[in-house]
Amino acid sequence: METFDAAIVILGSGIRLAVPLILACLAGLWSERSGIVDVGLEGKMLTGAFAGAAAATLTGSAWMGLCAGVLSTVIISLIHGYASIDQRANQIVSGVAINMVADGMTAVIGNAWWGQGGRTPQLDDSAMFNPIDLPFAQSFSGVPILGSIYQHLISGHDILTYAAFALAPITYWVLYKTRFGLRLRAVGENPAAVDTAGISVRALRYGAVVICGVLVGLSGVYLSVAQAAYFQPHMSAGKGFIALAALVFAKWRPLPALATCLLFGFLDALSIRLQGFVIPGLGEVPVQAIEALPYVLTVILLAGFIGKAIPPKASGIPYVKER
Amino acid sequence: MSAPVELPKWADVGLIPLINVAAAFVISGLVVIAIGENPFEAVKLLLGGALGDLEGIGFTLYYATSFIFTGLAVAICFQAGLFNIGVEGQAYVAGLGAALACLYLGFLPGYTLAVVAIAAAALFGAAFAAIPGYLQAKRDSHLVITTIMFNYIASAFMGYLLVRVLREPSQMNPETHVFPPGGWVPQLHAILTYFGVKWPVTPLNLSFFLALIASFAVWILIWRTRLGFEIRTVGANPTAAVYGGISPARITMITTLMSGALAGGLAVNVILGEQHRLILEYVGGFGFVGIAVALMGRAHPAGIVLAAILFGMLYQGGAELAFDKPKISRDMIVLIQGLVVLFAGALEHMFRAPLANLLAKFAARPVDAPAVERG
Repeated sequence: METFDAAIVILGSGIRLAVPLILACLAGLWSERSGIVDVGLEGKMLTGAFAGAAAATLTGSAWMGLCAGVLSTVIISLIHGYASIDQRANQIVSGVAINMVADGMTAVIGNAWWGQGGRTPQLDDSAMFNPIDLPFAQSFSGVPILGSIYQHLISGHDILTYAAFALAPITYWVLYKTRFGLRLRAVGENPAAVDTAGISVRALRYGAVVICGVLVGLSGVYLSVAQAAYFQPHMSAGKGFIALAALVFAKWRPLPALATCLLFGFLDALSIRLQGFVIPGLGEVPVQAIEALPYVLTVILLAGFIGKAIPPKASGIPYVKER
Repeated sequence: MSAPVELPKWADVGLIPLINVAAAFVISGLVVIAIGENPFEAVKLLLGGALGDLEGIGFTLYYATSFIFTGLAVAICFQAGLFNIGVEGQAYVAGLGAALACLYLGFLPGYTLAVVAIAAAALFGAAFAAIPGYLQAKRDSHLVITTIMFNYIASAFMGYLLVRVLREPSQMNPETHVFPPGGWVPQLHAILTYFGVKWPVTPLNLSFFLALIASFAVWILIWRTRLGFEIRTVGANPTAAVYGGISPARITMITTLMSGALAGGLAVNVILGEQHRLILEYVGGFGFVGIAVALMGRAHPAGIVLAAILFGMLYQGGAELAFDKPKISRDMIVLIQGLVVLFAGALEHMFRAPLANLLAKFAARPVDAPAVERG
C-alpha cells in the first residue's frame, strides 16, 4: 500500500508537471501543422508567465492574469507570424530572437517594477487558479485504490489542468474532422494546392499562429498563476524546448502529443523524487540521466531508429505566390 | 532567400545592416525610457564602462574573444546553409576536453600542456557536434532540433560529471580543482608586465590573438579554397551542388565538425585563459550570443570580429551600467541581443522596400546603374 501511495503522489505531480508541456506542445502543433516552425515556445511561455503574474498581481484576479498572459503571447506570435509569413524570414532565427527578447524583457521589466531581482510579488490565493474538488472526492476516499485514484489523480486539479486535457482531443477533432482543420493541415503540406483552391494561405497561417499564441499563453499563465504563485526570471527553464521535443516525438499528432507530454512529466516527477535516492549496491541514482531522457529519446526518434519523425512537408518554408 | 527588393550594393552591404542594428537599439532605448531611466545617460555609462579605461577595454576584448569564437562557429554553418543552435553545448563539452587534458596530462613540460589542452577542447567540441552533424548528413534529422536537444544532453551530462565525478571532494561548488599553470593560456597583463609595460589585471589573454587568427583562417577557408567554395555552393543551392559533383552530406559533416571545434575556442578563452578550472554551466549563454554575432556580422569573419567587439562592449559596459543603475539589470543585454537577432536576422528585409523608395526619390533621374551583382 505504501508503494501505491508513493506511485499516486509521483503520478499526481507528473500530471501537474505535464500541464505546461501539453499546452505548449499543442501550441507548437497548431503552428507547425500550418507550416510555421516554432522554436520560440520557450520565450512565449516565459512572456505569458510574466504578463499573467503581473496582471494577476495588479488586479488581484487570476482571470485578468489569464487574459493578459494570453494577449501578450498572441502579440508575440503575431510578430513571429509577420516575420515568417509576410517577411518570409528564416523561422528558426525569428524563434531564437523571440526566446532572447522574452528572456531579457521579462527580467528587466520585472526587476524595474518590483525590484527583487525580477521576481513578482507572491500572489494571494484569491488571485490564483486553485484546485477544484470534483463531486464526491471526499466521500469516495474510503474506497480502496479507485477512491485514492479519483481523489488524488482525477480530482483536485485547477481549471487550466482540465482545460489542457480537454484541449488535446479538441485539437484532434478540429484538425481531423473539420474543414478548417483539413485546410490548415493542407497548408502545412502543400500550400500551393491550397492557394490554387482559392483559399488564402496567409489567412490560414495567421489563424494558426494566433491559436498557437493562445495555447502557449495558457501554459505560461499556468506556470506563474497556478503552479507557482509568482513569476521569476527564466522560470520556464527549458519547458518550451521539452514541449518541442514532445511535439517531434509525437510526430506532430495531438493525442500522441498528450501521451508524450504526460510521459515527460512523469519522468520529471520521477527525477525529482529520486534526487539523492540510493539504490543498495549501485549507489546514488544519476537523476541527470532521467532528466536527459526526453531529449535522448527524441534524438533517437529523429534519427529514424524507432520509426521516423517526418515534419509537415512545407514547415519552415515561406510561401511565395506565383513563381 | 530571395530578396524582395534590389538595392545598390553599397546600400545592401553597408546601410541595411546599420539600419537593422539601429532599429534594435532604438527599441532598447524605448524600453529604457519605459522603465524610467534616461537612455542617453545609459549609453554614456555603458561606453564609459566598456572603453573608459584600460581595464574596461581589457574586459571588453576578453568577452569579444569568446564571441568571435562562437560567432565563427555559427557563421561557418550558415555558409553551408545549416543552423547550429548547439554551440552552447559544444562549447560546454569542449571545456571537458580542456579540463581532462590539464588534469591528467599535467606531466607535459611547460606550455605544451596548454597547446594539448587547446587541441583537446577543439576535439571535444567537434566530437560533440559530430553526432548531430552525422544525423543531419546521413539520416536527415533536422540539425536545429537535434542541436537544441544536445544542448540539454550536454547540460545533464556535464552536470553529472561535475557533481559526481570531477568535483574536488573538499569543494562545495561543483568544479574541478585548479589546473597546473602549464595549461593556462597566458594573460596579457602578465606578458606586458614582463616587458615592463603597465597594464591593469584583466582576464584578456592570448586567446584573443588565437580568435583573430581563427577569423582570418575561416576567411581564407570560405573564400579562397576549394572546400570553401563547396561549402558556399551547398549553402546556396544543395541541388546544384550535387550536379557539380559535391556531396552535401560530406560538406555537412565537415562544416559541423569545424563549427564544433570553433565552439571549443570559448573553452580556451574562459577555462584555460581565465578560470583555470572547469565550472558548472560556465558557458552561460555565450553560445547563443554567437547567433546574434554571426547574424549581425553577416556570417563574414570581418563582420563577426566587429560584431563581437560590439557585444563585448555591451557585456562589459552592461555590467558597469547595472552597477550604477540597478534598474537596468544585465538582462537588458540579453534583450538587446534578442532585438539584434530579430532585426538583423528575422526582419532583415523589412527596411528594404522603404529604403529603395527613398533612394529612388533622391536619385531623381535614374543613374544607369549596372545590373547589381548579388553576392
